[in-house]
Amino acid sequence: MNPSRALAFALGAVLCAGAARAQSTLEAVQKKGYVQCGVNVGLAGFSQPDSQGVWKGIDVDLCRAVAAAVFGDAAKVRYTPLTAQQRFTALQSGEVDILSRNTTWTITRDTSLGLNFVGIIYYDGQGFMVPAKKKVKSARQLNGATVCVQPGTTTELNLADYFRTHNMKFKPVVIEKLEEVLNAYFSGRCDVYTTDVSGLVAVRASRAPRPAEHVILPEVISKEPLGPAVRHGDDRWFDIVKWSLYAMIEAEELGLSSKNIEQQAGSPNPSIQRFVGATGDIGKMLGLDNRWAANIVKQVGNYGESFDANLKPLGFERGLNKLWTQGGLMYAPPVR
Amino acid sequence: MKARGLALQAALAAALALLAWWLYSNAAANLTARGIASGFAFLRREAGFEIGETGLLAYSAADSYLRALAVGLANTFRVAALGIVLATALGAAIGLARLAPNWLLARLASAYVETLRNIPLLVQLFFWYALITESLPAPADALQPLPGLFLSNRGIFFPLPGSVPQLSGFNFAGGAGLSPEFAALLAGLATYTAAFIAEIVRAGILSVSRGQRDAARSLGLERRAELRHVVLPQALRLMVPPLTSQYLNLAKNSSLAVAIGYPDLVSIANTTMNQTGQAIEGVAVIMAVFLTISLSISAFMNWYNRRAALRGMAP
Repeated sequence: MNPSRALAFALGAVLCAGAARAQSTLEAVQKKGYVQCGVNVGLAGFSQPDSQGVWKGIDVDLCRAVAAAVFGDAAKVRYTPLTAQQRFTALQSGEVDILSRNTTWTITRDTSLGLNFVGIIYYDGQGFMVPAKKKVKSARQLNGATVCVQPGTTTELNLADYFRTHNMKFKPVVIEKLEEVLNAYFSGRCDVYTTDVSGLVAVRASRAPRPAEHVILPEVISKEPLGPAVRHGDDRWFDIVKWSLYAMIEAEELGLSSKNIEQQAGSPNPSIQRFVGATGDIGKMLGLDNRWAANIVKQVGNYGESFDANLKPLGFERGLNKLWTQGGLMYAPPVR
Repeated sequence: MKARGLALQAALAAALALLAWWLYSNAAANLTARGIASGFAFLRREAGFEIGETGLLAYSAADSYLRALAVGLANTFRVAALGIVLATALGAAIGLARLAPNWLLARLASAYVETLRNIPLLVQLFFWYALITESLPAPADALQPLPGLFLSNRGIFFPLPGSVPQLSGFNFAGGAGLSPEFAALLAGLATYTAAFIAEIVRAGILSVSRGQRDAARSLGLERRAELRHVVLPQALRLMVPPLTSQYLNLAKNSSLAVAIGYPDLVSIANTTMNQTGQAIEGVAVIMAVFLTISLSISAFMNWYNRRAALRGMAP
């Protein structure tokens, strides 16, 4: 973030707070008629505008799911593209209602930044990408390398940790804008580009002049659970965003998808009846319409559909992000 | 009347103090209410990130945020000080060239000034950076215009007594080097500011009245001696105040380093803010440091200005 932007955010946080806290986030969102969602400026598969300027990606789908739950209309979202450095201040200062921007859940962020992570939308880990012609086979061979990295990320810290642990040296080239840091890597300024493996896969598929000329090294050096976050201090809003995410996961487990949700609405299965709001009043408990979860599935789809639509075409494997019933880590608490 | 003036000033000062206090207490209350950490205790914590260029200061990821910021400050100083020296030399040369009797030289100098000062500095920095990283070869095929001098997209490496740069592994080792980020930032700042300094030099020289030059020439002074003994001493007095502004601009513009990845103070402070989430403290550090740098340059130039001014005629 440039200093003037940081200052504007900081002053915004200082000055606007009184007004923002007078009402809950849900009331404020309902009043303005849309969810303001902070997303990545452009990471294929997670959040990126397509050729028509429509935002697409799994992080974007979470924003749309919340809009579907709150308004019954997944289109009622406005997006604020944020760099790695701007994201937390934007959420703290109230500029966005949700931060859904491939952000790693860490204890420091959860405690000292005044935000709450609602869950995990993608289990990731940090990796390294190098040009194939360098003939590097393992991250252990990177001693003395120049590494391109974005500032204000856990990536930057894990990188230093990894080289310290293995008693190797490196030179970081730290550039904030994704565009510029990728230019530096593709022009050969750096030997290595490091970020979450998902980011490497997306960048290689969508930005590399010749994808086959870049290899992702086998080492995954960290745990990077990526998830959406909301501000501290508004539990109702926290619940809504959290259960919007879980509804997508639960829908996949129940076998509900955007294609079959209409037929399945009449299913005798009590879990499905509760989920679609035919029985019980789960929606009311959240302060929402009883069809909140059905709306999410109908308009956005279940977790697997979102993964297949956004990430699979780029060459992502489901891996850890399979449902727990299929050997993965995706597990929603019971919707009951 | 005097009492009323004093009362007004006191009221204004009180209002300002009240506003500052309100901003401070409101910010503190909001930060606490939102559970956001505040205060400067984070400066002692381990930074945990590496810095690409550390200059003369030793630094590793195990050092504190304070030390990281000091490294950033040293990097800012390094580029600003060298930039001021280079910009002044280049600017003086171009300013003189614009007034040279040689038609081609004068035209080239004006073309330089008009081009450089009318393109945003940020764009020029991207240009210099791309020039180095995109057009120079990889370290393995580095250009070697002179023995021991290597040009590659990792920067410029040159020999020091007893130590010659050699390719080892991914990069050169030994000798000394300028990183592409530093070289691009220095080139950008120096050439851009030189365009403004050239105009100041030209205006300063032209402001010396024609009678002075005629008198010098009628004394039989050559053009060089005329410039050195008659024109420049008088022109310098007029050039110092606007030069001060240019030096201040250069020092402040060095913060554009962020865009091309040179680890200056702003870049390190940005990273610090983001790792700790303490944006207000980080911005306060940046503001305090730049204010100190600018006031120091200002104080030095004012001192020099008083020394250069005509006794009894200073404005």
